[in-house]
Amino acid sequence: MDDVTSLAFLTSVLAAAIPAATAILYACLGELLCERAGILNLGVEGMMLMGALGGFAVTVWTDRAWLGALAALGIGAAFGALHAVLTVPIGANQVVSGLALTLFGAGLSAFLGRDLVGRAAPDSFGRLHVPLLGDLPELGPILFRQNALVYLSYALVPALWFFVYRTRPGLHLRALGENPGTADALGLPVAALRVAYVVAGGALAGLGGAVISLATNPGWTENVTAGRGYIAVALVIFAGWNPLRAAFGAYLFGAVEAGQFRLQGAGVPISSFFLNMLPYLFTVAALVLASRPAARRRIGAPAALGQAYVREERA
Amino acid sequence: MGDVAAGSDRDVTSTASAARQSRRDLLRGAATASLALAVGLGPRDARAQDASPAAGPPIKVAFVYVGPVGDLGWTYAHDQGRLFLSQQMPNVETVYQENVPENPGDAERVIRGFAQDGAKVVFTTSFGYMEPTISVAEDFPDTVFVHISGYKTAENVGTGFGKIEEPRYVSGLIAGRMSTANRLGYVAAFPIPEVIRGINAFALGVRAANPAATVEVIWTNTWFDPPKERAAAEALLDRGADVLAQHQDSAGIAQAAQDRGRLAVGYNADMAPLAPQAVLTGPIWTWGGFYVQTVQQVQAGSWEAGQYWGGWKDGTVDLAPIGPMVPEAVRAEAEAEIARFKAGEKDIFTIFTGPILDQAGAEKVPAGTALTAEQLLGTDMNWFVQGVEGDPAP
Repeated sequence: MDDVTSLAFLTSVLAAAIPAATAILYACLGELLCERAGILNLGVEGMMLMGALGGFAVTVWTDRAWLGALAALGIGAAFGALHAVLTVPIGANQVVSGLALTLFGAGLSAFLGRDLVGRAAPDSFGRLHVPLLGDLPELGPILFRQNALVYLSYALVPALWFFVYRTRPGLHLRALGENPGTADALGLPVAALRVAYVVAGGALAGLGGAVISLATNPGWTENVTAGRGYIAVALVIFAGWNPLRAAFGAYLFGAVEAGQFRLQGAGVPISSFFLNMLPYLFTVAALVLASRPAARRRIGAPAALGQAYVREERA
Repeated sequence: MGDVAAGSDRDVTSTASAARQSRRDLLRGAATASLALAVGLGPRDARAQDASPAAGPPIKVAFVYVGPVGDLGWTYAHDQGRLFLSQQMPNVETVYQENVPENPGDAERVIRGFAQDGAKVVFTTSFGYMEPTISVAEDFPDTVFVHISGYKTAENVGTGFGKIEEPRYVSGLIAGRMSTANRLGYVAAFPIPEVIRGINAFALGVRAANPAATVEVIWTNTWFDPPKERAAAEALLDRGADVLAQHQDSAGIAQAAQDRGRLAVGYNADMAPLAPQAVLTGPIWTWGGFYVQTVQQVQAGSWEAGQYWGGWKDGTVDLAPIGPMVPEAVRAEAEAEIARFKAGEKDIFTIFTGPILDQAGAEKVPAGTALTAEQLLGTDMNWFVQGVEGDPAP
């Protein structure tokens, strides 16, 4: 039996956790933007699938994975726009619209991707060993021998945190989700901003899908995201709508996923079914916690989340 | 075709447990990539032509699929079989419906719909369709129903399944020869008899080639979750395995091996295009021959309800092309073994002939005796052979 308490074991778990978590992290950051603006987006899974397919298809056509990643952003944004149009100007039920987009995205990606099943990726985001940093003991293999999309997420997480908590537009974003009436009174274009954030959130979900189809599992098969979009939605609650905590949550999820197989391999006598259950147990716990109104406030849920805003109806 | 049918009938068994363990077929994918058509079906191709001209009276044949045809897995393999059928027999009109839920309501509605529509043969390709198939068949005595992976038959209902362990064993031989670390890894879906049987067949092949090698098993508890399958593969690679095998649907395992400069055995489809430097080969399903044979028998009026358990000899299973990284000597050895299976000199019973020891070294199969079909297919198969590391009941 390996020593599961050793530093080497922890290093190998975390090094595997980070790329696995990055797809969820992008989707989670996208959902975070959306929900901060007051719009619940349950279409993340469908947007990830469309992003995964679109990113892979464009990579196959152009032989360039970065063009695929851009396409994934664009396709995610287009799906985000669909959700935005339905929920902001039209004021449709956000839960229904989101679920509809998940089903639509899953079906459409399966339909459009038929000819891409089993195709090899002409280009993908491979491991990039960062000079110097990659040679650091422990931190090197964990953080700096990953793919380019992982490095991009390193930049995005603090940037979003700074944006949300330290900038004026970030303040406006929070106002959209807390009290759109006040935001409106401040002269903010509530509808336009909400649409913009839902579109941006969709773009990030699409990019999250592309992490799978272009980096961790290059290629396309139906339903390749296997439910990660739902995890991302739950993780936003777990993260208390904070980008830094979202990264922590995503990496924790990745670590549990990567760690459980290493524990199993090391012969640790814990049922693999139990270990498999853990990430979902966290998710359920987060959801339960977030379901109580008092707790919602404490963990920072946007007060107007899920509510359509129509100016005439403002209190 | 007659010899094929006779051969398979002889091997046939019927146990309730056989079906229980095939339960996983409802979710799992298995597939022959399009390559399988070219590669795997050669011999059958010839046989089909020997048996009868491709033509025959027009006939409608229906397929009921549990998954999408694009799953690169179980349903994909069946659909490749359907395409093979329509290619071999131009007078056959094939129709199918994918993503058919296994609940009695939906499944019966679809199966009945095909029968009412005039389909003369209906293949229902998932375990959960067993009861609906039987029940619809009662109302359509002139239609032939073939249920894949189940155990119930009727006057007009037969069953079909395959001995994927035969190519798995040979893939183990190749993998055992290719491992220099003498440590192999196996990413497996669920700890059920069929998966355990496959692991044992693989490990017996590995140990036949390389008695010092071990096969470490990690359970994912999912049939299809590409990122998770990859995570399991990386754990095995981190633990020193230099060749990975799998009972999963995605190419994530082979891709993980390739990224580390290591090797992999695929499954279902030829995964070489997705990880060309890593994929040694892989066991694949090739249903086309069975479909052609069944339809020809129905047309000739010679079809009888039976339990088809097709082996390599019958062309129901095959091995994906052996990769270019495999040295000539190993390739020759594997090809000789393949020839023996194809000729029927060896089969699944040869693989499971004693002496076979379990993980603890206790004798499970005495020298000279083989496990019976019931033992192979039943719930007795809940132990790992010697050389496998892992827990068969996690």
